[in-house]
Amino acid sequence: MQISMTINGTDVTREIEPRVLLVHFIRDDLRLTGTHWGCDTTNCGTCVVLMDGQPVKSCTVLAAMADGHAITTVEGLADGATLDPVQQGFMEEHGLQCGFCTPGMMLTARALLDHNPHPEPLEIREAISGQICRCTGYATIVRSIQWAAEHPAGTNEATAETTTTDSTEQEVRA
Amino acid sequence: MTILEDRPANPAAGDHDRPIGHGRMQRKEDPRFVRGKGRYVDDIVLPGMLHGAILRAPVAHARLISIDTTQALAHPGVVAVITGTDLQALGLAWAPTLSMDVQAVLVTDKVRFQGQEVAFVVADDRYAARDALELIEVEYDVLPPVVDARKAMDADAPVIRDDLEGRTDNHIFDWEAGNKAETDAVFANADVVVSQELVYPRVHPAPMETCGAVADFDPIDGRLTLYETTQAPHAHRTLFAMVSGIPEHKIRVVSPDIGGGFGNKVGIYPGYILAVVGSIVTGKPVKWVEDRSENLMSTSFARDYIMQGEIAATKDGKILGLRTSVLADHGAFNATAQPTKYPAGFFHIFTGSYDLQAAHCTVTGVYTNKAPGGVAYACSFRVTEAVYLVERMVDILARKLDMDPAELRLKNFIKKEQFPYPNKTGWEYDSGDYEPTMRLSMKMAGYDELRREQKEKRERGELMGIGISFFTETVGAGPRKDMDILGLGMADGAELRIHPTGKAVVRISVQSQGQGHETTFAQIVAEEIGIPPEDIDVVHGDTDQTPFGLGTYGSRSTPVSGAAVALVARKVREKARFIAAAMLETRPEDLEWEKGRWFVKGDPSVGKTMAEIAMGAHGTVALPEGIDGNLDAEVTYDPPNLTFPFGAYICVVDIDPGTGHVKVRRFIAVDDCGTRINPMIIEGQIHGGLTDGVGMALMEIIEFDQEGNCLGGSFMDYLIPTAMEVPDWETGFTVTPSPHHPIGAKGVGESATVGSPPAVVNAVVDALAPFGVVHMDMPCTPARVWEAMQGRTRPPV
Repeated sequence: MQISMTINGTDVTREIEPRVLLVHFIRDDLRLTGTHWGCDTTNCGTCVVLMDGQPVKSCTVLAAMADGHAITTVEGLADGATLDPVQQGFMEEHGLQCGFCTPGMMLTARALLDHNPHPEPLEIREAISGQICRCTGYATIVRSIQWAAEHPAGTNEATAETTTTDSTEQEVRA
Repeated sequence: MTILEDRPANPAAGDHDRPIGHGRMQRKEDPRFVRGKGRYVDDIVLPGMLHGAILRAPVAHARLISIDTTQALAHPGVVAVITGTDLQALGLAWAPTLSMDVQAVLVTDKVRFQGQEVAFVVADDRYAARDALELIEVEYDVLPPVVDARKAMDADAPVIRDDLEGRTDNHIFDWEAGNKAETDAVFANADVVVSQELVYPRVHPAPMETCGAVADFDPIDGRLTLYETTQAPHAHRTLFAMVSGIPEHKIRVVSPDIGGGFGNKVGIYPGYILAVVGSIVTGKPVKWVEDRSENLMSTSFARDYIMQGEIAATKDGKILGLRTSVLADHGAFNATAQPTKYPAGFFHIFTGSYDLQAAHCTVTGVYTNKAPGGVAYACSFRVTEAVYLVERMVDILARKLDMDPAELRLKNFIKKEQFPYPNKTGWEYDSGDYEPTMRLSMKMAGYDELRREQKEKRERGELMGIGISFFTETVGAGPRKDMDILGLGMADGAELRIHPTGKAVVRISVQSQGQGHETTFAQIVAEEIGIPPEDIDVVHGDTDQTPFGLGTYGSRSTPVSGAAVALVARKVREKARFIAAAMLETRPEDLEWEKGRWFVKGDPSVGKTMAEIAMGAHGTVALPEGIDGNLDAEVTYDPPNLTFPFGAYICVVDIDPGTGHVKVRRFIAVDDCGTRINPMIIEGQIHGGLTDGVGMALMEIIEFDQEGNCLGGSFMDYLIPTAMEVPDWETGFTVTPSPHHPIGAKGVGESATVGSPPAVVNAVVDALAPFGVVHMDMPCTPARVWEAMQGRTRPPV
């Protein structure tokens, strides 16, 4: 069957098998490998992309179901060379280690901040609670998203305060 | 926590009491990851590449009667179907494990665990390969399985490994450490002895990226390129050469970006070998990537230790001795990844952080009809089990003596002046200063206030628990005289080149699965030679581009490879001195070093920077005898001892009396990993490990039913903490450098996974003290906790 959708602002039309999952369509057909796959059972969220601005787990969405919709993947987060504040936040606050869950986490963060620009830590935790990270223990992901909330124009904002929380200052020293 | 306290000068720490090489800096690997430009194995697409899929056994124990692949071969898109019979013809049906056993690559005679590899389909896309699996007809004669390790040695137990000649039972090994007679004597004369059976259940590392490979065999020049999710690319290359017959110089193993390892990606799995065979058979590159169920059901599990613990003490709380007998469930093949001489890993560090008179352990390993593995999940070669044993037993003793568990620990710590400390089972702890670390954790927690709060809550019927764990790790394996894997000594190499313009590349034998080596190893070099970290590239994970070494696991990257990198940088610095002397027309001994520059003693204005020296080395200056015209060096580091990081953890839980649900309210972790490199990365590693600990203590378990069906085969059943199950971690640190490591660093990757589970369980049991609960096995699920509150001690999960 033929499907058409917008991927990161670009219209695409492809012939596919009806059973193809959106995650495989994105990775294998479009060769956008920033979207990962981790569990098959909608538990881990490493495959999260945005469909019309809402996070969806692309392992549980048929590519055909995305027909006519707008999809954003991690490759669409940055504006050219300018990173999204969420991407900057993850680098500033060490919100990633192996990087595998990171694209999905960042896209969920972007959707959260679009709807709620100043989330409380618990709201951030709830927003990412459908996603698993095995490396970070989540606290630095929460801090990364807080950083993005505090820097809506990232470090490109002339007035942006450099209030990066230094992890060494968050630790107690003997 | 935002308290920053000044630390009094610590003369023993020298100038190590600070992070090195620019301290907290952003990671050099992050720009590609946040753009979705990481390159993981499944991202690799080669021209003409085919896709493999594995047919797995639906039962745990069965004779293989027949396999019919006719329909599968006829399926559109299928290129090849490989069975055990095909592999037998190639001599590849069985492969050696990392513990001197063998493991079936594909079943030829008998299925030995559910999920075992039965056949391999190669097709032109992943969907076609999966479709064809369903078309393979297999006939099995189902046999009774051995599921309970306690029954594995029964006289009537089915013999699982009848492939091994002369095998009449399911026994693998007996191992012991310590002195039995001395320990028995201590126990016989002790005022107090308490005993407890502790089960450390089977769990799984479950990295977010499953295991996979892309094999590309070129039949013209006989060269194999294997992209693999491996934590040990060099060891894999050597083993592939030994198994496949492809000469080692014709094998290149590439471990690209890896989506988490935690020990899951140390072993060589049948899928990797099948991808290689598939490529040889079809003449095309073959990709194989397992799904989550395959990962959880067939790759290296962790733990599965049944431990009988006994602790002896005086009535005023001086711990005298510790002994344990362990039954270790190794699954159907003994495939644990650990140094050859240590079949129970480093479990014999179970004496922990305490100064004892005697200790003894025995460990018996048995086969069962379950997936193989056992050493994985950030365990530092079974230090997780050891720490859990001693820290639970100390808590149980505290309850028996009616002593505060913090006070009991403080009373029994090995004292600072006793280091280097020879323990009773053969280890020599390199350095430690436990009491300040323990006291800092208590101060951060507000320990006395927490106990007051708990007392008030108990009077109101509320369930609050405070759990302590104090762990000592043993990491950085290891001295090659004692430690090898299949004969390969556990040393690591490093090569450093300073290019003519003063930029550098350092090539290391370990590789990163998220630890941030590209940043921290550049920081180590920066500290030693004064070139900024951003001017130093770290190359890893490619056997064609890096020196030989055993890889990243057991928290060994910083203790072993980090030492190699520091030493190779010092070698370059020393070479630079000779070259600078030639350039300045003076003698090397007349030069003095300041970071990044050699200058003339007494005249600091006359000197040469590393960049100038590098250009000089490659230039036209007449070099002294014996100095090559470059600024390069290489070393292989053989560590003289392991390193012994330690830490004090305090967990505070609240339990819902109506449901048994455990909420981790606070977790305070004070770690001492010696000299610190990048505090941001250290904190991240600790946070991740603490989450593992909460997961194991409260949620994670791989169970089996009586037929040997795996009950933890998906993330629907194998539960991993999300952001909602863990608190905002509170971390602190002390610094006690390793005296034998070049920069004093000890390693930290597994400390929190090793140290945190007993803190959580101790907190849960503490909360349930009003119900008379003395112990509860992990995971402390709501069902188990609620049942324990009803007085039933061995409820189901």
